[in-house]
Amino acid sequence: MDALAPLIASAIVAGTPLMLAGLGLLVNERSGVINLGSEGMMLMGAITGFAVTIGTGSFTLGFIAGALVGMLMAGFFAWLTIWLGANQVATGLALSLFGVGASAYLGLPYAGESLLPLQFGIPFLQDIPVLGPALFRHHPLVYGSLLLCVAIAWFLGRSRPGLILRAVGESPSSAHSLGYDVRRIRLAAVLFGGICAGLAGAFMSLVYTPLWVEGMVSGRGWIALALTTFATWRPFRVMAGAYLFGGITILTYHMQALGVPIASQLLSMLPYIATVVVLVLISRNAAWIRLNMPASLGKNFNPNV
Amino acid sequence: MLRLERRAHPSRVMAWCSPVLAVLLTALCGALLFMAVGKDPVASLRVFFFEPIKDLQGWAEIGVKVAPLLTIAVGLSICFRANVFNIGAEGQLVVGAITAGALVLYLDDDGNGGAVLIAVALLAGVAGGMAWAGITAFLRDRFNANEILVSLMLVYVAELLLSYLVHGALIDPDGFGFPQSRLFSDGWLLPIVLSGTRLHIGIVLALVAAVVGWLYLSRSFSGFKLQVGGIAPMAARYAGFSSRSSLWISLLVSGGLAGLAGAAEVMGPIGQLTPSISPGYGFAAIIVAFVGRLHPLGVIFSSFIMALFYIGGELSQSRLGMPSAVTGIFQGILLFALLACDVLIHNRLRWRR
Repeated sequence: MDALAPLIASAIVAGTPLMLAGLGLLVNERSGVINLGSEGMMLMGAITGFAVTIGTGSFTLGFIAGALVGMLMAGFFAWLTIWLGANQVATGLALSLFGVGASAYLGLPYAGESLLPLQFGIPFLQDIPVLGPALFRHHPLVYGSLLLCVAIAWFLGRSRPGLILRAVGESPSSAHSLGYDVRRIRLAAVLFGGICAGLAGAFMSLVYTPLWVEGMVSGRGWIALALTTFATWRPFRVMAGAYLFGGITILTYHMQALGVPIASQLLSMLPYIATVVVLVLISRNAAWIRLNMPASLGKNFNPNV
Repeated sequence: MLRLERRAHPSRVMAWCSPVLAVLLTALCGALLFMAVGKDPVASLRVFFFEPIKDLQGWAEIGVKVAPLLTIAVGLSICFRANVFNIGAEGQLVVGAITAGALVLYLDDDGNGGAVLIAVALLAGVAGGMAWAGITAFLRDRFNANEILVSLMLVYVAELLLSYLVHGALIDPDGFGFPQSRLFSDGWLLPIVLSGTRLHIGIVLALVAAVVGWLYLSRSFSGFKLQVGGIAPMAARYAGFSSRSSLWISLLVSGGLAGLAGAAEVMGPIGQLTPSISPGYGFAAIIVAFVGRLHPLGVIFSSFIMALFYIGGELSQSRLGMPSAVTGIFQGILLFALLACDVLIHNRLRWRR
């Protein structure tokens, strides 16, 4: 039992960046915009968060900087796609490619530097045997992401602005004719996605590793994109998927540590292969995906035509 | 105030000018970037746009980079025209390199080789790339799985597979444990087309691919069906064109060409299997395809520009003390600039009070 606690704890930490980024993308996509730039935004969030924390010594400032960079990048994406009508897939790809290049460039002076891992704990709860170290000694953002999940579920399902956001995603022309400003609502959703991706990246370089390595996000931005599909655009399913993938990642590490006679490279393939397998299982029913997918996903809307 | 106004008809002139404008805009952004880090912008741009092509050796090195970029971009142009977003060309390149390299290592006895066997090894690369892209095509066709995500996930799998093989089964037994295969013997290396340089026959194959790709899209019925399916899926369906065959053709062609590029890289400039055989050619080729207007001949121009960025990045390390990672930034900016300039195809700028 005692061996299980650190395993659960690290699976939760590994799942948190996926969940943060996935929840942001979920809101993003519910408004009808798909942003393939999450990998780039996460990388940029990771390096700026890391650089600011090294420079100022403040983790809080690091997280804020990461979120801001994610928001800025998302804002640029929004300007190109929502106002100038550029193709969402191509623009998102450009954002990812740019993020990979720019973070590698900005990160050069920080290669090999690392931060001291922070210690946290919720009073009293952290002293419960097994459960304490597994669940109650995490970074506040881990609990923050759980709250965020509940908040988004409430926002989308129970609140009026959430309903409007979904309406924009399902039928922008109807929302427009009802008098809603489709472009601004989409902008807000895209910016939120950027903030979440930036925070997720900063979480990786400040809490999860905590160091900077070039390309350290290693596909998590893309896995987060896949998560929204797995979850059929429902927040709690994003949470379940994120922890599942966190668990798979940690399992591969532990199998290596335990000396399972499988090469480390083959074990490292597991999260990517799992993504493909789950994607196949979920997508198999095309009608079901169509039923759940925001109807205008990926399609631009121009109110002036 | 400057405003965007929708054109009645898309502008053909802008459609052709936009890539050139995008390159100029990227150069401008690059100059600003260099200025921001305290370098002389004019001297820096010279390193990117003139130094690489100041002599024959330089042109040959450009050709070495154009070969893989062009080969892959031709395939991706066909693929994107069918509205199939294969963004995993990097993975197909790696698998093509693995299959070709493994075949060479298996057959190479330090005396054989020659044109026929080289051709067989290149075809093995094509088959490897096709098979890897075929996984994406199958999962999309049979299970409706998103090809963007599947092809991208397979990039990571392919890279890990390569790493696994060069650490294990294909490692050089006399290599002191370095994770790389033994060097291919001379009979298995691609012939050089310009003596005294590294320019290999891959550039010829790339140009042939571009011309054949252009003929396929502009002169064949299959190419026509593929493009109709991309532009107007409903019309294609009404005409009875199979979207499944478009999917398979576009993925197999782009995968095969990426595999060919990978095979040519390991049998050309690299000459062995190493853990990292591509500086992101598969991803850069996506940009190359878009900047070349998804036109198999247009990508000749854009792959040249992209090769300049690669060589410029390498040179800037020694000439400017700038890390070669600036190449990646330039690549991203180029695609952004193109997407922004493309707005002017359907819109015009108007000054209005």
